[in-house]
Amino acid sequence: MSVVQMMKTEPSVDETKVTKEEDFQPTFLDLTGVSIEFPTKKGAFKALDNVNLKIAKGEFISIIGHSGCGKSTVLNIVAGLYKATTGGVILNGKEVDEPGPDRAVVFQNHSLLPWLTCYQNVEIAVKAIFKKKKTKREMKEWIEHNLHLVHMDHAMHKYPAEISGGMKQRVGIARALAMEPTVLLMDEPFGALDALTRAHLQDSVMEIQSDLNNTVIMITHDVDEAVLLSDKIVMMTNGPAASVGEILKVELERPRNRLELANDPQYNKYRAEVLKFLYERQRRPQE
Amino acid sequence: MKTKIINTLEMTGLSWMVPVVRLSTGENPREQLSEIMTVIGLPLLAIAAFLFLWAGAASQVKTSLGELPGPSQVWEQTQGLYEEHVAEREKEEAFYERQEERNAKKLAINPDAEIKVREYTGRDTFFDQIWTSLGTVFTGFLIGALIAIPIGVACGLSDKLYGAISPLVQIFKPVSPLAWLPIVTMVVSAVYISDDPMFEKSFITSAITVTLCSLWPTLINTAVAVASIDKDLINVGRVIRLHWVTQVFKIAIPASLPMIFTGLRISLGIGWMVLIAAEMLAQNPGLGKFVWDEFQNGSSDSLGRIMVAVLAIGLIGFLLDWLMLTLQKVLSHDKNAGR
Ligand SMILES: Nc1ncnc2c1ncn2[C@@H]1O[C@H](COP(=O)(O)OP(=O)(O)OP(=O)(O)O)[C@@H](O)[C@H]1O
Ligand SMILES: [Mg+2]
Repeated sequence: MSVVQMMKTEPSVDETKVTKEEDFQPTFLDLTGVSIEFPTKKGAFKALDNVNLKIAKGEFISIIGHSGCGKSTVLNIVAGLYKATTGGVILNGKEVDEPGPDRAVVFQNHSLLPWLTCYQNVEIAVKAIFKKKKTKREMKEWIEHNLHLVHMDHAMHKYPAEISGGMKQRVGIARALAMEPTVLLMDEPFGALDALTRAHLQDSVMEIQSDLNNTVIMITHDVDEAVLLSDKIVMMTNGPAASVGEILKVELERPRNRLELANDPQYNKYRAEVLKFLYERQRRPQE
Repeated sequence: MKTKIINTLEMTGLSWMVPVVRLSTGENPREQLSEIMTVIGLPLLAIAAFLFLWAGAASQVKTSLGELPGPSQVWEQTQGLYEEHVAEREKEEAFYERQEERNAKKLAINPDAEIKVREYTGRDTFFDQIWTSLGTVFTGFLIGALIAIPIGVACGLSDKLYGAISPLVQIFKPVSPLAWLPIVTMVVSAVYISDDPMFEKSFITSAITVTLCSLWPTLINTAVAVASIDKDLINVGRVIRLHWVTQVFKIAIPASLPMIFTGLRISLGIGWMVLIAAEMLAQNPGLGKFVWDEFQNGSSDSLGRIMVAVLAIGLIGFLLDWLMLTLQKVLSHDKNAGR
């Protein structure tokens, strides 16, 4: 069986690699024909055109593509923060039409409220969501539990300005996890971090995901990160009117170890696939 | 302990004290001494130079009321004003004592006697005037803030509302409040009628004048601050489905607090300047009236006393600004705010 299984949405390019395979898992999150136009001064700007994506429960999806192609826009539509012009998102049989804690977002630049401590940043979400469902003590335990998951117990009562970028990102993840989301949406969660911190956090995320079995959509620029973490890599074509170019299934066994994988031929094959897509087929015109 | 003291000093804008504290704990004496030289020594030197120039220049200017007062005359007048204040207080006490004695005697003779309690109606001293002005400026400023902040928040949240009232703001903002003064005076006289008024009419007039001018910077700053809150912060609120009231109080206002405070600081500064002018013009009690009365008085001490008032006005303005800045640092998350 071929290692690389491509599921293509555009039937035009490169037929040889396609081994059509039905997805046996039921669809949990379904994007159908999603297009969006932004009103601008020069008229409507079509950022996304006919994006289709089916995601099963517990899957870890990453979206990769060149800067400005519309990755964040896809995420924001799933989050309900933007409304698709045509098409729509169905989550667990229900249409998504507003933001909600079942689709927690880890924002591109952490977005912690600077006037609250790390604890209070998680607390504000927990209080809003579990107002009537948890007692005060349960809430406290739940907040501390989530900060513990991202190894932030020691700096719980510090303000965002007093902690490092990596720590802020962790608190952002803790806040999202504390919402008990059915889908976790992460927009370049490790984008602004140094390689070492990034590796640490990637490991934490893998750990947490194997514990909680969340459905995750993560945006990234980093090919290694995408291959290491994902079950499927969604590669987007360049904008404007961007769409899903190819979807790469990553069938590496979990738990994955970055050091062992470095010399793994399968791993490197996946990497090469993504790189090829980004730098050959979707080379940016100006580069 | 030391760090705590130093933090408090920096928080309250007394950072020039920091090297003194450091020196007293024997930390790197040489560096601290040179630090003291720059943060304390140089300003002192500048003040000394100013006093010297002032003393020199003042004796050259001859006015109809005599020489322009120099620093030493002004200092004498300050003491004089203080003595006057103390004397006036003694007189007042004596007055009340006598009144009480009289009443006690009356009651001793006839327990059913009607006793009269009269208010002391002495002259307002310089220090009384300072308190009057401070009370007025804070009243006007607080009313202004209570009006401006909610409207500003509403404008920041709704482009349409902002667009609607923006022309009004643009037109009223540049109007000197002194132009309002006659209208405010007339309206207050017409509307504020009561037999036993809680506040003096003049107080209300001055306070409203302060309100009218301290409104705008706070309103505009609040609106701009709320409108330019980082969208991600708002989105955090949307994802956790905060009620819009909670959204306003837990996210919008704290996020814009630094800028709101900057607006409040500007407002209070303008309010203080305008109040003095309004008091002069309308003869409403306060420091402005003191200056005007001294000017009309035209004695040989007058210029010196006015100079004392000028310095006091400046000093108080400075203290008000410092107060706002400290409040801002304590209350808002942006610890490096303002300068
Ligand atoms: N609110 C908006 N109004 C107008 N245009 C927008 C808006 N949001 C996004 N766009 C446009 O849509 C396109 C896609 O933007 P998006 O932020 O989704 O890109 P991205 O792939 O996330 O980029 P990056 O990797 O740099 O974060 C861009 O051309 C952007 O200018
Ligand atoms: Mg983006």
